[in-house]
Amino acid sequence: MADLKVHNLKKSFDGNDIIKGIDLDIRDREFVVFVGPSGCGKSTLLRLIAGLEEVSSGRIELDGRDITDVSPAKRDLAMVFQTYALYPHMTVRKNMSFALDLAGADKQEVARKIEAAARTLELEPLLERKPRQLSGGQRQRVAIGRAIVRNPKVFLFDEPLSNLDAALRVQMRLELSRLHQELQATMIYVTHDQVEAMTLADKVVVLNGGRIEQVGSPMELYHNPANLFVAGFLGTPKMGFLKGRASRVEASGCEVELDAGCRLFLPVSGTTLNAGDPVTLGIRPEHLNRGSEGNCQLTVKADVSERLGSDTYCHVVTGNGEQLTMRIRGDFTPRYGESLSLTLEAAHCHLFDSNGVAVGQSLQLAA
Amino acid sequence: MLTLKQSRRLNTLVVGLFAWAIALLLFFPIFWMLLTSLKTEIDAFATPPQLIFTPTLENYLQIQDRSGYFKYAWNSVTISFGATALGMLIAIPAAYSMAFYETKRTKGTLLWMLSTKMLPPVGVLVPIYLLAKQFGMLDSRAVLIIIYTLINLPILVWMIYTYFKDIPRDILEAARMDGATLMQEMVRVLLPISKGGLASTMLLSLILCWNEAFWSLNLTSSNAAPLTALIASYSSPEGLFWAKLSAVSTLACAPILIFGWISQKQLVRGLSFGAVK
Repeated sequence: MADLKVHNLKKSFDGNDIIKGIDLDIRDREFVVFVGPSGCGKSTLLRLIAGLEEVSSGRIELDGRDITDVSPAKRDLAMVFQTYALYPHMTVRKNMSFALDLAGADKQEVARKIEAAARTLELEPLLERKPRQLSGGQRQRVAIGRAIVRNPKVFLFDEPLSNLDAALRVQMRLELSRLHQELQATMIYVTHDQVEAMTLADKVVVLNGGRIEQVGSPMELYHNPANLFVAGFLGTPKMGFLKGRASRVEASGCEVELDAGCRLFLPVSGTTLNAGDPVTLGIRPEHLNRGSEGNCQLTVKADVSERLGSDTYCHVVTGNGEQLTMRIRGDFTPRYGESLSLTLEAAHCHLFDSNGVAVGQSLQLAA
Repeated sequence: MLTLKQSRRLNTLVVGLFAWAIALLLFFPIFWMLLTSLKTEIDAFATPPQLIFTPTLENYLQIQDRSGYFKYAWNSVTISFGATALGMLIAIPAAYSMAFYETKRTKGTLLWMLSTKMLPPVGVLVPIYLLAKQFGMLDSRAVLIIIYTLINLPILVWMIYTYFKDIPRDILEAARMDGATLMQEMVRVLLPISKGGLASTMLLSLILCWNEAFWSLNLTSSNAAPLTALIASYSSPEGLFWAKLSAVSTLACAPILIFGWISQKQLVRGLSFGAVK
């Protein structure tokens, strides 16, 4: 069991508030990802949980035990650092056994644990090598191995893949996912890469400016972003935004008149909007269609296109200068400057009020 | 016109010659001292200086007879090693806290420490002499160990601080996560990683202590006098004996030169952080 609870956690450095009151509940065996732009406080939050930074106020509990003022060593957590932080003067075996040796564990027991971890991570042939003789991916695996042998209650990962090249990062991402399934351990993972967040997490915590913007499963966040920040942060390419005005508000939804020049009815319930309120409409690249069928048509100019083979990301500009990205089949590429007509799928549009907060519950299909 | 390859070769040659010229220039006084120490007093005084002569070891034998070289050498050894050990014992924790727990005043403290090196030693000679006298420590090795430790401390702290600065915090934090106490973190992780830097710092401290003359001349007379004091005793009222002075200087320099030569490798090896990036 490893339930981690964070209550109203705050941290300030030299009078600057970095973490501004965070409440979080992490359940046993969950893979939780903290994601956000750089400087949002995600690494600081992880270091507070690890005990490497002192908490300014608030409480951290692990399985009901208050660990706010407990030293890092006694928290029963293991951490994998971005720079791997292997001990350069020790062999891989020594690196992995260091914590157990310090704890005075039985020698045979230590050896058995190292063999087991080395087998899981395919490190067996490297046990007698020094860190500098290893590649980046191997070092990363040693760092993970060092955490595994301790059998901690919670694994903490601080941007562990950001020093690897793109191909290796994808591979290690899969390995981490598999490891989580095998170990059935609670893991907290910090990244600025929203693809890692989407692919690895059971639960994503989106942070911005020291606050939590939204917590939820990757799909919840993708389909029902709580605000403009989350909507714009998750998803590649980014969600497109169009400015407009609520022209008619009913119980069953809201009609929006876009500045770009069309009108559409969105089936959002429980809206607090009044007619005439400024709104922002969000639409993901995959929900913009070419053609003239549909309830809202826009005439746009094609900007540059990015061809990925399977898909083409076509950047377009509306009549009033707003930019959108459209995901289309790979075999079509509009000419630069070509005029296109697009339709928006009303069921997949997101509506945000003037404060950037999502309006009502979007009635859309997550399937 | 020179081809690119030729001009590169020429460059290498010029730089090489220049390096040799400087090296020879630096080595010449030592060479001349060694040469003079092997002459008789008459040969040593000859003008123009003689390059061809019958070498003799007589000067060296006389020095041992007259002064007992080994007593002075032993003083030099104990004082240098004692002051270095004591200095490291203080400098390592100081540098650790400055490098890894930096505060707003750390930079200021470091500069202030270094600024004490700008004080002319003679400016504090009288108070220190009187203090040593009060405590009955004149002509004792302990007083030199304390003084040398203190005058070298700023340099030791600075050097170790810069070596520690290069060590990624993550490694120490990893040790802390692994359950290491402060002492274990230092002894099992920090010191082994920075052993190259620590060795060069110790070497520098040894050399500085070995060569120090001002305080040893002023605070010691016979019991605790190190080799620097022995050399000075040969520029005596009886007149200058060039050959003997050279011989005693050679004997004083030799141990530290040989020591430096042996540990040269350790000095240049430098630090490598294979575990980082």
